[in-house]
This record gives sequence, C-alpha cells and structure tokens, in this order.
Amino acid sequence: MSTMTRRKFIKAGAAGIALASIPGIFRANPLMAFSAPAGEKKLADYLEHFDVDESIIRDVMAAALEKGGDYCDVYFQHSIGSYIGLEDNAVNKAYTNVDFGVGIRVIEGDQTGYSFTEEITPKAMKLAAKTAANIASESKNLPPQRLQHHEIPEYYPIKTRWEDVKIDQKIPYLQKINDKVFSLDNRIIKSQIWFDDDTSYIMIATSDGKIVCDYQPMTSIYVGCSAEMDGRRERNSFNLAGRQGIDFFTPERVDRLATEAVNRTVELFDAVKPAAGEMEVVLAAGSSGILLHEAIGHGMEADFNRKEISIFSDKMNKPVAEKFVSIIDNGTNPNLRGSINVDDEGNDSQETFLVENGILRSYMHDHISAKYYGVKPTGSGRRQSFRYPVIPRMRNTYMLPGPHNKEEIIKSVKKGVYCKDFSNGQVFIGAGDFTFYVLSGNLIEDGKLTKPVKDINIIGNGPDVLKKIVMVADDLEYAEGGWTCGKDGQSVPVSMGLPTVKVSSITVGGIS
Amino acid sequence: MNKKERLELAHWAIKQAQKQGANDASVDVGNSRDIEIEFRDKKLDRLKESTQNYLNLAIYAGGRYSSHSTNDIRRESLGKFIEDAVAMTKYLTEDPYRTLPDPKYYEGQKEINLGFYDPAYEGVNSDQRVKIAREIEGAAMAESDKIISCTSGYSDSFYEMAKVHSNGFEGERKATAFSAGAEVTVDDDKTGGRPRDWEWVTVRNYNDLLAPDKLGKPAVKRALDKIGQAKMESGSYDMIIENRSAARMLYFMYGPLRARSLQQKRSFLEGKLGEKIGSDKFTIIDDPFIVGGLGSRTYDDEGMATKRRVIFDKGILKSYFVDWYYGQKLGMEPTNGSPSNIVTEYGNKSLDELIKQMKKGILVTSFIGGNSNSATGDFSTGIVGQYIEDGTIIKPVNEMNISGNLLDIWQQLTEVGNDPRIYSSWRMPSLYFKDIQFSGI
Repeated sequence: MSTMTRRKFIKAGAAGIALASIPGIFRANPLMAFSAPAGEKKLADYLEHFDVDESIIRDVMAAALEKGGDYCDVYFQHSIGSYIGLEDNAVNKAYTNVDFGVGIRVIEGDQTGYSFTEEITPKAMKLAAKTAANIASESKNLPPQRLQHHEIPEYYPIKTRWEDVKIDQKIPYLQKINDKVFSLDNRIIKSQIWFDDDTSYIMIATSDGKIVCDYQPMTSIYVGCSAEMDGRRERNSFNLAGRQGIDFFTPERVDRLATEAVNRTVELFDAVKPAAGEMEVVLAAGSSGILLHEAIGHGMEADFNRKEISIFSDKMNKPVAEKFVSIIDNGTNPNLRGSINVDDEGNDSQETFLVENGILRSYMHDHISAKYYGVKPTGSGRRQSFRYPVIPRMRNTYMLPGPHNKEEIIKSVKKGVYCKDFSNGQVFIGAGDFTFYVLSGNLIEDGKLTKPVKDINIIGNGPDVLKKIVMVADDLEYAEGGWTCGKDGQSVPVSMGLPTVKVSSITVGGIS
Repeated sequence: MNKKERLELAHWAIKQAQKQGANDASVDVGNSRDIEIEFRDKKLDRLKESTQNYLNLAIYAGGRYSSHSTNDIRRESLGKFIEDAVAMTKYLTEDPYRTLPDPKYYEGQKEINLGFYDPAYEGVNSDQRVKIAREIEGAAMAESDKIISCTSGYSDSFYEMAKVHSNGFEGERKATAFSAGAEVTVDDDKTGGRPRDWEWVTVRNYNDLLAPDKLGKPAVKRALDKIGQAKMESGSYDMIIENRSAARMLYFMYGPLRARSLQQKRSFLEGKLGEKIGSDKFTIIDDPFIVGGLGSRTYDDEGMATKRRVIFDKGILKSYFVDWYYGQKLGMEPTNGSPSNIVTEYGNKSLDELIKQMKKGILVTSFIGGNSNSATGDFSTGIVGQYIEDGTIIKPVNEMNISGNLLDIWQQLTEVGNDPRIYSSWRMPSLYFKDIQFSGI
C-alpha cells in the first residue's frame, strides 16, 4: 500500500458528499474504486477504500486479544448523509455529514471492551485495540484466524448510489410536492418538506476468520403541513422511507406524499377525543406494527433475557397468544428500512420467528447472547455506528396474516377505537408496560367507523395484550414511514408491519 | 489540538469557505474524550473509551445557506470538503433572512466563571472509576434479596471546542462531566413482573458525585416500591409529579415556545404573549448563569450573549425562545433560541410534605411514552406512580394515562416543591396539580 493510496482515501473520506452536477468533481473523486454498480460487493474495493489489508487487520486483532479476550471484531464505516429542506415554498437549506472511523470490540465471556478511532491508520487502530483489550485479564492468547471473505445476499439493490445523485436532481421533488400540497386544500397554510439520504459503506472483520462488507443505502421524504379553519389550527405529516434509491420516488409516490400529508392534517379538524378507560381497540394494517415493537419486540431482545430483566425471560416455548398469532422479526424484506444484508458483527441476516402459532420461539441474538444460550446467532447484532458496541436489536417486526378480515373485525366492535397513524412508543421491559401514541384514527360505534379521533396515548401490558389479540385479518401491510428505534443511547432504523388486528381490551387515554 | 490550534483551524476553514465564494461562515471545532464503565455481577461488564473530533461549518453564500459536519479535520481533507459544501449551496434558493446574527448581539457576555471544567478530571484514573461502579453495585446488592439484576455505572467526559464567526464572534470552552448510578430490576412475585428503576446523577465536578450508597440504595428502594403495581379506576385525581419527571411535562411546552413553531404556524402559544397560561405558581425562568449548571453558558449556539429571562411569570407568558433566523422572519427581537438552565420559583415544601397534604391522588414517579400536539396543546401520556390517600402512600400504580390540554394543565398547578433536581439542566422540583384526568380501568 503506497502513501499515494492513503492520500487518495483521505480525500475520498471527506469528499463523499452528494453534490450538485458540477462537471469534474466526481471524476476527480477517488471513490472511483466503487465505480461498479451500487451494491456489487467486491472485498478488494472495500479494503482499498479503507486503505487496509488482511495483515494490518490481523495485527490490530492480535493487539485486541493480547490481554486474553475470547473474541474481537473490527468494524469499518464510512457514511455520507445529505438533507435538503423546503420551508415557505423555497428549498432554502441543506445539510451534509461525513463520518468515518473504525470500532474495535473485545469480548471476554459476556464482558465487552470497546474503543474506536476516527483515524484509520495502523497505529491509531492498534492503540484503540489495546484500549478495548483491557476488558480481559487472562493469560490465554488466541491468535486471530485467517480472514475469509463471506459473501452475502443483496436485499436492497439500488440503481444509482446516493453519492452520485446531485442536489439539483433532488430539489424538483420538493418543489413538486409543495405545489401539490397547496393545490389540494386551501386550508393549508404552511408546509415543511425534507429529503434525506444517508448511506454507509461498512466492512467487518472477526477474529474467528470472517470478513464481510456491505453498502447500506437509506432515504426518506417527509412532508409536514399546518392547516387553519375558523381560527383553529392543526398539523400532521406523512413520510415514505426505505433502503431505496432515488427511483423509489416515482410520480405516484410523490403524489401520495402530498395527498396523504394534506388528508391526515385536515381530517383532524373533525376529530374528537374518545372516552377514557379500557375498551376494544382495532389496529389498522401497517404502522400499527408499533404494537409488536413495544409489546413484545424489545422484550425478546436476548440481552434483556440473558440478564433476566425482561418480562418474557421465563416464557420460552410457552403459549403467549392465540394459535393464529405468529410474529416475525426479519432482516431480509426487500428494501425495507430495517433490512440488513448482514448484521453489524458479520452474521447473516434472517427471518426469526419470535412467536409461532402462539408459542414463544426465539429471542433476537447477538454474538454474546447466542453463545450464552448455545444457539446460532439470529443476525440481530446491530449498532448505530462505529462509535458503539453491538447489541441485539429489531429489524422489521411484523405479524403474519390471520384467519379474519378487516370488515368482520370492525363489525364485531360495539364501542372502541380504530388506530391508524402513530408517532412514538415506549416500553418498560421488566414490568411489561408499553405505550404508543395515536396521531389519528376513528371511533368505532356499533360496528362502524365513525368520527375521527386524535392525540391519544394507549397503554397496556405486553404479555397481557398479546393474549388479548382476538382477531387477526389477512391484510398484512408494512409501515411505509421512517421509524427509528432507540435503546441504550443507540438509534437504528427499523420497520414494522401488521394486518388489521383486534385487541379485546386496552387502556385508552381519552377524556372522562 | 490545543486552544490555539482549534481557533486557527476554525479561522482557516472560514477563509477557505470565503475563497470558494461564501460571504460569511461560522465554524465550530471540537474534540472530546469519553470513558464509560458498566459493572454487573461483581465484574466489569462493559468498558468503553474513545476520543473524537468534529468540525461543523455553516455557509452563507449570496443569501443562500447550508451547514455541514465532518469528523475528518485534517486540512488536506477539509479543503475539498469545504469546496464541495460551498458548491452545493449555490443550488439553493436565496433567502434574505439567512445571515449570521448582527454582531451587536455578540456583545455583553456576562463576566462569570460558570465552572465548566473541573481540574480534578486529570487525576481520575481507571482504578477509581471501577471502584465507584463496584461500590455502587455493592451498596445496591446488599439492600434486598429480591434483586434480579443490577447494573451500576460510571462515566466521565471532557470536551474542548472553539467557535468562530466570520463577522466577529470568537468563543472557546472546555468542560467536564461526571456521571454515576445504578439500574435495578427486582422480582415481583405478586404480578410476575420485573419492575426496574434507577438512580443516576450527572455533575460538572468530580467531588459533587453522590456517594455510592446514595446511588445504589435508592435505586433498589424505588424498584421495590413498584412491587404489586396495577392500574386503577379512570377518574379525576390530584397529581404530584416527582421532581425527576416534572421536566417531561414542561418539555411539552418547549416546541410551541420556539420561534420556528410560531413562524411555521404550528404553535398553540402563538399570539399569547402577556396572556395567563398557568396558575400563579407557574413561573419558569431560563437562567444561564448557575455555577456548575449543566446548561450554563455566557453565549448561545449562535454566539449571542445570554441573559436570564423569565418565560412564564406567575402564569403569564413573557418570552419565547427566538433564534436569529426565525426572529428575522417574524420581525421579532432574538432572545436565545434554546433553553440554558430551566428553573422555577421553588416553594417551601418537600416531596414528603406535598404527599402528606394529598387527600386522594397519584404521585407520578415516571412517565412512559406519550406526546403532545404543538398546534393545539392536546397531550396524552402514560404514567407510573403511587396511589395516595390521606397523606399516605397506599399502593403502586401503572398502566394509566393522563390526557388533557397544555392550556389547562398549568392552570391546575397549585404548589411547587423545594426540591429541584440539579442533575439536569431543567432543574424542576416536584409539582402538585389539582383534578387531573387519569384513565385506567
């Protein structure tokens, strides 16, 4: 490796911003190593990109294991983010971010030592490795294995890398959406529209001899509206997100972004608050998957169970729901926001059954918990960035279709709430209380959807609510928006999904 | 990097931006060092140690604005980064309000040592860090045989930063912070649940950390107090929000108080300056000058000199948080665009005394989930707490919601405790409210 390569990489690291189409800029960009179509993973390109080779990586791993750790991994990341925003009818702000570095993790039993460096030089990496090594204090010395390139499938192929999409290609999308928003309803008084893309190149090497690399694109467009009617104001928003390229934003989707944002805002003028207390609740197909994320998802992350602090830690292989309830956490759904070709410790992504026909089947594991339980990893080890150690996380969490249909579910409810659109949720993992906040929905009266409702928090207990899922329809949909999950101070992109589902009783934060 | 190098780099970056065609630019350059320790089952569970750099750059070019950040602060990389940043800015729409603040707002910074940096930081070694975490765990584990899991922790951080604006602002700061505490899960044989609670503090000075038993023991007690928790009948109850959670309720007011929300017409507080939004007990002050305060500062994120400002005075809305850009758009004088330390006029009763005067009500010890609508003030949020009758704690409650409107709830504030939680920049005491709607069974 020549010093020339080093200099080239430095430029690549900093210059990877998606720019305007100015001739010359990209030709001079040493990211040329990636001139192959996006997603075509060539290990040699990644090694060159991060300016390392196998011997450097193994030297770093040897330093990480010199105090006697059982295992170590090295995680290289280069991410490039770009955001443009429209407010007051003008695309008048932009933000870009470039981040790169390498994280080194040493594991001894279930203990973790972690350090990272933003300088990818052999010297800086070894120093970080020695810091992480301090978690261990044993005399054994396991040398790192030879690295074998581990090939992975491609769940989010995109045509054009985001670094090659210029700002002047994105601006028209926002203007078009904005025009549409104001043409749809004269009660709209303001709109805020954001276009986001955030892409990572990652390479992971493990001391048990695996090296794997991935290109992880991500994008979203968000549309927020404020509307005014008879001196009253309402606001709401809609967004579409996924591991997608720019061609995801087809004319139909652009149109829908505007239409949904406007409709979801103006319908709030007619919205009421339901009564407070326990009642039947129907969850619409789609982002209602937030129920699963909070009620059971977090509780099935294996770190919480290994420490016995999850309310699910004594329920493995026991019935937890009706037979028609099957809940999956899956990293392999094409282009969904929570999909990953490989997890952040190099394990294959997969479909994991959390609940199969009503029986609790598997936790979501990372390296530490899989070893603890003596099972295979589930590809659930994730991290926010090279600055964080891996922990078990959800990917796309959803329920499989069931035997009922939406019409019969609505018809079966005498007095209840139909929940469509959500902003956030939370769970207390040990007690099992969880909540989600409903931005909009409808009352259900005598088997019919009636008045819109808004701004209600719903609260329940995870295992209790799972048992109270009494009907599941055949209309599974995935959430379309950009959900981000927070845990231990780390944020990761996720998605979720649900068919129309009826919960026989749950507490609704209405008005007494 | 030392202080001089940081300032030099910031000035250099501004010059590069101007060379590429920017009229003005602002740059923040900083570096930090963070060490975190988690302790569990009498051994180190997690050790994390790192140093990092950042450079943030805002560009004002021909009335156009963009901002950029990178963690690669080598000049050979930054040159290209800045060239690209200025180039992309030219594609944006001109916006006459996007300028650096008028330099007159940089002037008048209070001369005060706010105690950001504790020199004791340099003497803290890894044995001491581990010892603190170990002792917290020891204190907790000795408290009860119902403990399923206890994770104790210690962390410290150090940062240095410089801030330079091309129209005359220059600032620099170095600061330390120390945190320690524990999180405890206990076995609830009554409900089959595993309630968890925590005690955790963050301070600027090493010697202000609480003793290990003051962290470990309360974490256990709080978790044990939750054993048997269950929901109650929906209805109207008096409510005390414990100090550590009171900021959460007040935080619902923050978005609507910002100039951006006003300008974007999504604030229920628009046009309400001078109106009575809360009871006489509702006084909220933004106080940047508390020595050792976690939000203290003499200049804000935009370089503007800070002032002590009353936001609500005995219920009357006195001030919004107005930054430079949205202030210009609205034709409003900038205040400071974000809060520093939030304080109130503290009362003279402790939490115990507030509980004693409660006939029938709920002490909220924690919120869960919940949100509010900034355009209407409607809110709804989950709670966990204790049911109180005739001044005595009767039983733990959970899985309940409170709902209402933010224009009403602060009118129901009848008493303010004497117990501000100083381990947060929002130094809220316990708060007593009359007749709050709870939903449960």
